[in-house]
This record gives sequence, structure tokens and C-alpha cells, in this order.
Amino acid sequence: MGLFSLVLVNLGRNKRRTVLTMLSVMVALFLFTALRGVLDTLAESIKVGSEARLVTRNAISLIFPLPLSYRERLAAVPGAKRVTYGNWFGGRDPVDPGNFYAQFAVDAETYFPMYATDIDIITASPPQAQVALAPGLDPRLAAFMTERDACVVGERLFKRMKWKLGQQVPVSGTIFPGTWTFTIRAVYHAKNPAFGEEALLFHWKYLSERGMGGQGIVGWYTLELDRPERAGQVTRTVDGIYANSSYQTRTETERAFQAGFVSMYGNVPFLIGVIGLAVVFAILLVAANTMMMAARERIAEVGVMKTLGFEDGAIFNLVLAEAAVITLGGGISGALLGKYVIEASGFNAGGLLPPMNVSWATVATGIGIAVLMGASSGLIPAWQASRIKIVDALRRVE
Amino acid sequence: MGLIEIHSVRKVYHREAEEVVVLDGLSLEIAEGDFVVLMGPSGSGKTTLLNLIGGIDQPTSGDVHVGRTNIAKLNGRALARWRSRHIGMIFQLYNLIPVLTALQNVELPLLLVKMSGKERRDRARHVLEIVGLGDRLKHFPRQLSGGQEQRVAIARALVSDPTVLLADEPTGDLDRKSAEEVLTLLERLNREFKKTVVMVTHDPHAAERAHRRLHLEKGVLSN
Repeated sequence: MGLFSLVLVNLGRNKRRTVLTMLSVMVALFLFTALRGVLDTLAESIKVGSEARLVTRNAISLIFPLPLSYRERLAAVPGAKRVTYGNWFGGRDPVDPGNFYAQFAVDAETYFPMYATDIDIITASPPQAQVALAPGLDPRLAAFMTERDACVVGERLFKRMKWKLGQQVPVSGTIFPGTWTFTIRAVYHAKNPAFGEEALLFHWKYLSERGMGGQGIVGWYTLELDRPERAGQVTRTVDGIYANSSYQTRTETERAFQAGFVSMYGNVPFLIGVIGLAVVFAILLVAANTMMMAARERIAEVGVMKTLGFEDGAIFNLVLAEAAVITLGGGISGALLGKYVIEASGFNAGGLLPPMNVSWATVATGIGIAVLMGASSGLIPAWQASRIKIVDALRRVE
Repeated sequence: MGLIEIHSVRKVYHREAEEVVVLDGLSLEIAEGDFVVLMGPSGSGKTTLLNLIGGIDQPTSGDVHVGRTNIAKLNGRALARWRSRHIGMIFQLYNLIPVLTALQNVELPLLLVKMSGKERRDRARHVLEIVGLGDRLKHFPRQLSGGQEQRVAIARALVSDPTVLLADEPTGDLDRKSAEEVLTLLERLNREFKKTVVMVTHDPHAAERAHRRLHLEKGVLSN
């Protein structure tokens, strides 16, 4: 038997209490990492955008459109390598309105080549006939490109909905009324996890013809820059061009555009952080109380051990080590469980966010908090046990 | 010169505003290898005197020499080390650690000594054999009788080969037969192993085993 065995034996005295305390610490750290995971995911979501791409939208608000006629002019702006555009569709699943996933109408010929670095087409329907595809377009999109109502869906959404290639997916339009039916012709995998795999992408032309009466209204333009460092100059040029038009623009990097979405959450991230810390603090009090109870129950034994020659410091370390085993055991398992469970759940707020992600920095912070919990919860009982006089401790035998 | 020399020891406790004098200028000498019994009514200061000899408590004034060390002058850390080498304490209620086996309880003081795990176990086993519990090594205190528990406590006191064995009413919680066994064991440790034994007891029958009987009355020795 060594000193550490003594610590473990002491923890085994009241197994139920030890296990429950460890579980409470585990749950606290699980919640902490899960809540911090939301913040990590929000931080991750702004990384979806590139600094090498600019988003141009209506200066008033994103819900106001821009004319399609801007496309040629934007493509001609010095520093812009290529341009694509899209619209938010905002449809709902007619079978289950609570089943939210994002739908975007995109100009496929320019959109997929531009985002080839972010996504991969992993499976697709074979084309009915040979077609000539635009340069840079994945050849597996041939079937999609030849059908007006075809769509490409994210791998995760595809699996979740148990869809099949060629299946027709009905969507109820809210901005563009009516029931829209899309045929799945390809599935994409997000190479950049922040891109998300819960979206349905279909032809902008289809939306324009059926939903807008051919008006040619665009939700936003995306400009790919030849050099990212020209972002500032191109932004000023674009917004300058349309400064006196009826559709003034606001241009920013794609990353800043995404960050704008995150900023809509306002103080929610702060609130989440505070809740996480409050949970940890509450459990810290529980752990401290438990450690004090455990130490108080054994105060006579502390007297005996001191009589045998154990120094105050040794007693202090033994009690502190018990607290450390409980909080570290619970803390490490809670933090790791938080990471793996949250990430395995793949929750992504219906595609509004990238799949939930808990960074290793958050796990390390959680473990650090567990160490602090161990120190703080064990400090008072350890100090009390180390300071008590032998005669006072032995008097508690009765 | 005695192994234990106590000079003009006073021990005063403060209970709220009241001053309680437990030992009042007590002097005493105990020779090496002696077996001394401290007797007296409750509150006479027997246990306090035992605690002072064992370095468990400090006198308010006066000196307590054990061997060549004036333990009244030692600080907490030095006193703890001194206790681990020189004192074996036996309590009335045994005070074994309930979650440790008999062997582990006896091993406990050896955790303070630089010794391998095997050496510790061997030594603890040997001492348990001396007290007649070689077949109870893996038993927990709750699985032992009172007499056996007290013998484990004696083994724990003995395992670090202390200079002095201090026993505070070691038979106070035992039946006659078990008490006899414990007293016989203490006698044997005194006789065969040359341990100096100081025992507090109320039992005149137990006191008969000692070489010398000392009576305390209101904090002073009486004849």
C-alpha cells in the first residue's frame, strides 16, 4: 500500500458519494464544453468565408435584392477574377415544417467552380446525354446541369433525410410561393467543415423563371479576387460604382459577411459563456461541500495519522489529492465526453451553422477548470485537516 | 537518568473565560524498560500526561524529556517526525482505519519510512504474527473481535520499533478474556522486547501487571 492507494481507498469509503460527486463534476464540465462548443462553432462559422472573396449585397439590407444587370459590371471591376450570385429561397419541408434546412438558388456555372476548393461532388446521377460543361465545372454535375429543376444536396442532409439520387424533393416556398419539386442529381461533401452539409442548391435560372417572372433579381453577388490584398480597393470601387443608384451596394469580405450573421446573435455568446461558468461554479460549491463532509467525518482518523507521525503537510496533500482525483476524473471525462458527444451529434442548427465543434482549446480550458475546482474544493478541508490539533481530532472519536 | 523525565509540567486549558489546570507542576521519571501504570479518577490528568509524553500535546510550561530530547521544545514538524520514530500509541477504541485491512493498518506508520512495499508488508506481517494475528492479515477491522482489533492496534504501535509504548485504557472496551490477552501481550512486549510501557487504566486488575503504579489526583501525583 502506498500513499496514492490510501487516497483511492479513502475515496472508496462512500462509493455512492464519490461517484455522484464525480458525476456532478463530469456533467458540469460536459455542459461547460458543450456550451463553449456553441461559441467555438460560432467562431468557426465565420471562417466559412474567404478573405479572397467579396460579397456584394443591397446596402439597405440583405432582404432587399440587387438587379442581375450588375453582374457584367462587377465582373469588369479591376481585381475581380470571377463573379457568381445566388438567392436565399427560404422554403419549408411540407411534410415536417419543423425540419429546417437551407435552400439556395445559385448560378451553377459560376458557383461550383468558385467553391471547388470548399466542396467535392461525391456522387451524382449519370447524364442522359453528353453535354458541354463550363470550364472548371465538375463533370459529375452534368446531369444536374441539364435539368432545370435539379438540385445538389449536402452529404449530411442527404443521409439524414435518407434520400436517393433521382428522388424528387418537395419544398414549400415562403418567399416564392407554391410547392417546388427538385430532383436530386448530385451530393456534395464539404472539404471545409465550416461550409456545412445541410443545404440544398438548385438553379438560379429555375427560381428566376418560376418565382420571379424572369425579373432577374439577385440576393447577393460573390466576387473572387485575383489577389486578396486588393479586397479594400475592390470594395471601395464596387460600392462607389453604385453609390448613386437606386440599388446601392454594400461590399465586404465573405468572412466579414459571415461574421455579420454571428453578430446578429448579440449577447447570446456572452450569455452562453456566463451560463457555462455559473454551472461550473455551482458544482464547485457542491464538490467543496462534499469534500468538507468527507474530511469532517474522518477527522478522528486524521488525529490517529498525526499521532503515527504524519506531518500536517502530508495530511494536507492526502485530502487535496482526494479532491483532485474526483474533480480531475470527472472533469477530464466530462470535457472529453462533451467534445465527442457534441461533435458526433453533428448538430448544426438546420444548416445555419457548421456542424457543432468543440475545440481542443475548450477541452483544455475545461480540464484547467477541473484542476482549479480540485484545488478550490479541496483547499479548505485540506487546510482544516492539516491544522487541527491531535487532541482535538481524537476527541471526535466518540 | 530515566528514559522519560518530566520536570514541573503545567498544563492549563482555557474553557471560555475559565482556566482549567489539568497538570499542576508535575515531575516524574520513568526508567528505560519500565512498565508504569497511571491511575486516578476521571479528569485527574492521566491522558493529558500520556499525551505530553507522546508529543501529542504540548505543556503550558515545564520540560518533557524522552531520551535526550526535550519534546516540549520541538515544533510541529519535528515533533511529528519524533513521534513516528519513538512513540507507539494504543487507544482505548483501537482507532483502526476501517477501510484498511489489518495488514494495511499496521503498514500505515511505515509509509513514513523509506522502505520498499515488500519490506513494509513483510515487516507488518511479522509484527501481526507476534501479536498472534498472522491468520487475520486480510481481515478488515469490522471482521475482527474487539480483542483482535486491539492487538492489530498494538501491532501498528509496535511496527516502527518505537522507544515507548503508550496505552490509553487499552482494555477499557474489552471483555475480561480479551483484556487479559492484551495485558499479557503488553507484558510480553515489555519483558521480551524491552519496550518501555506507560499505560493509563482505571482497572486495578490491569494495573497489577505493571512494575509501578502512579496515582494522579487533580493534576498532581499522589502516593
